[in-house]
Amino acid sequence: MTLRRLKAIALKTGFWLLVAVLVLYAIFPFYYAIVTSLKPSSQLFEVSYWVDSLDFSNYVTVLSQPTFLAAIRNSVVVALSVVLIALLLGLTAAWALGRVRFRGRTTVMMIVLGVSMFPQVAVLSGLFEVIRTLDLYNSPGGLILSYTIFTLPFTVWILTTFMRQLPDELEEAAIVDGASPWVTLTKVFMPLLWPAMATTGLLAFIAAWNEFLFALTFTLTDSQRTVPVAIALISGGSQYELPWGPIMAASVIVTVPLVVLVVIFQRRIVSGLTAGAVKG
Amino acid sequence: MAGLTLERVNKRFGSTQVIDDVSMQIDNGEFIVFVGPSGCGKSTLLRLIAGLESITHGDLMIDDQRVNNLTPPERGIGMVFQSYALYPHMSVYDNIAFGLKLAKQDKQTVDERVRQTARILQLDELLERLPKALSGGQRQRVAIGRAMAREPKILLFDEPLSNLDAALRVQTRNEIARLHERLGSTMIYVTHDQVEAMTLADRIVVLNAGHVEQIGTPRELYERPASRFVAGFIGSPKMNFIQVTAEADAEQGCRVEIPAVGQRTLPLALSAGGPSETTLGVRPEHLIPTASESGEGLEIVNVEYLGSEAYLYMERDDGELLVCRTQAPSPFRRGQRVTLDFDPTHAHLFDRDGRAVPPRARREARPEPQGADS
Ligand SMILES: Nc1ncnc2c1ncn2[C@@H]1O[C@H](COP(=O)(O)OP(=O)(O)OP(=O)(O)O)[C@@H](O)[C@H]1O
Ligand SMILES: [Mg+2]
Repeated sequence: MTLRRLKAIALKTGFWLLVAVLVLYAIFPFYYAIVTSLKPSSQLFEVSYWVDSLDFSNYVTVLSQPTFLAAIRNSVVVALSVVLIALLLGLTAAWALGRVRFRGRTTVMMIVLGVSMFPQVAVLSGLFEVIRTLDLYNSPGGLILSYTIFTLPFTVWILTTFMRQLPDELEEAAIVDGASPWVTLTKVFMPLLWPAMATTGLLAFIAAWNEFLFALTFTLTDSQRTVPVAIALISGGSQYELPWGPIMAASVIVTVPLVVLVVIFQRRIVSGLTAGAVKG
Repeated sequence: MAGLTLERVNKRFGSTQVIDDVSMQIDNGEFIVFVGPSGCGKSTLLRLIAGLESITHGDLMIDDQRVNNLTPPERGIGMVFQSYALYPHMSVYDNIAFGLKLAKQDKQTVDERVRQTARILQLDELLERLPKALSGGQRQRVAIGRAMAREPKILLFDEPLSNLDAALRVQTRNEIARLHERLGSTMIYVTHDQVEAMTLADRIVVLNAGHVEQIGTPRELYERPASRFVAGFIGSPKMNFIQVTAEADAEQGCRVEIPAVGQRTLPLALSAGGPSETTLGVRPEHLIPTASESGEGLEIVNVEYLGSEAYLYMERDDGELLVCRTQAPSPFRRGQRVTLDFDPTHAHLFDRDGRAVPPRARREARPEPQGADS
């Protein structure tokens, strides 16, 4: 009896220990960035694990740089556009792939999946040519186009999977009520696909927000850069100085919106999924 | 005027023929029920009429206008689905109003229609609720409300009661019958429950493997089934079938030789010719059991007591069961032996292809076929 109890306690301790390690592993870099960002530059290289001074000078430095503010604006524009376009195209594609019976449907699905397997570097030079031809070099348009290419496959896949789960009779009821495919999609399916759309939209947003390689390659001037590139290019007073304080402050500033978004949408996603689980 | 006409309607999915040359005429205001075994094409036929599937070939006419290529609302139909298929994120009000809004009705008309529909179906109290907060019977009524809000000429139901429990089924069945009375619109109703079919229908269409076996009033189907299939499908417990040899008899109709019963003469017009293999069909209520003292006859293997009546099951030599419906309480007991007889005026005879042998023409008309024969 006691042995069993002991075992239970040991298991529980082990479990929470594991959780602690995982949380530490995931959170610590971000936590350390916060701590560092709040230090004055004089204390920068003293190792400490607690916030022992509240010094916002790094934040002031970063936010007073017009290029950084422009970068945030660019990132917001690019990420939101990518989410909107990916959801719109994803939803309509999912309707076709999940609801309309046509020849070669599986093939299309496989191609869509296949496209998402190319590494970014492999398409970089080709995409560069495309963007030059379309005259989108050094503009948000080029980034929106290239990010959409990479977010669409999983958007389409996830939405198609969800779309297939909706009962056929629902669509037929809408048809009998006189709804066109577009009305059915927007008035009947979209409200029911809301959890799936929140999930895919969030993933698309994060992907676009964090992307570095394309952002570096397809932009030239400071005014067109997005946040990841802008942070990487923050430079100090001289060639030999890396301004860690402002870099950390900038990192915290751009991470906070993501955290907030995830927290907001996570609730919706969870509530949406449980509501869908009970048959309506 | 014909409300709805099907002319040699066919439907193929790939290479499988699901609906095979179906023709029928449905009058305005009629209540038509499609019955048939599972997979016979009832739902498909209904969906062809609705416009949810395309007709492979053949014509569908509503009010003498060909509607093959029209959308469901253009055809003026409303449909109630088996799973109700209510829009889960819309309130009862919005569910009913959805089609009206799409038909570009102005706000006031929509509101009036929705409230009127709700009043007819006693949904007034529930208008603001979401479907998930309704009971099965209430969801059913909302589904009907949604279908009838646009005042379609034709209302289609695909097994609307199959998700309800027995008591609610009887109640909703009654409500549908009353609704038909009140609206006067044409209704086509799919079911595999023959009680629903018998009680609701003006005329029943029996389908089998994609073709029409018989169309007729419940009474016609029960008393004069056109084929062995219909005879076996309509009626519960099922009609008893016995293999017999029959021979036409110009004077009295036809003579049948029944194993373990003997020779009987039936008032049926079997076509002339030598003795032929046929199937005799007798409904359970037309079998007359008599207790046999001498130990001959058949043994009763089971007695089912249902309160108002009782069913006796007799085993034949070949292992087949015969059913007999008697009054309850029944004087017979399990293990007892009985001899059976039947009323020849209520017997049916089916030829080798399963077609029913028609009844003999009335006495006045009798000389005519005889004259033609000789
Ligand atoms: N979309 C389809 N593609 C191929 N075959 C189909 C399709 N829809 C129906 N069928 C076939 O058509 C036949 C008739 O189907 P249907 O649904 O009309 O039967 P039913 O009489 O309504 O049966 P149940 O009583 O089980 O509902 C079935 O054999 C079915 O497999
Ligand atoms: Mg069916």
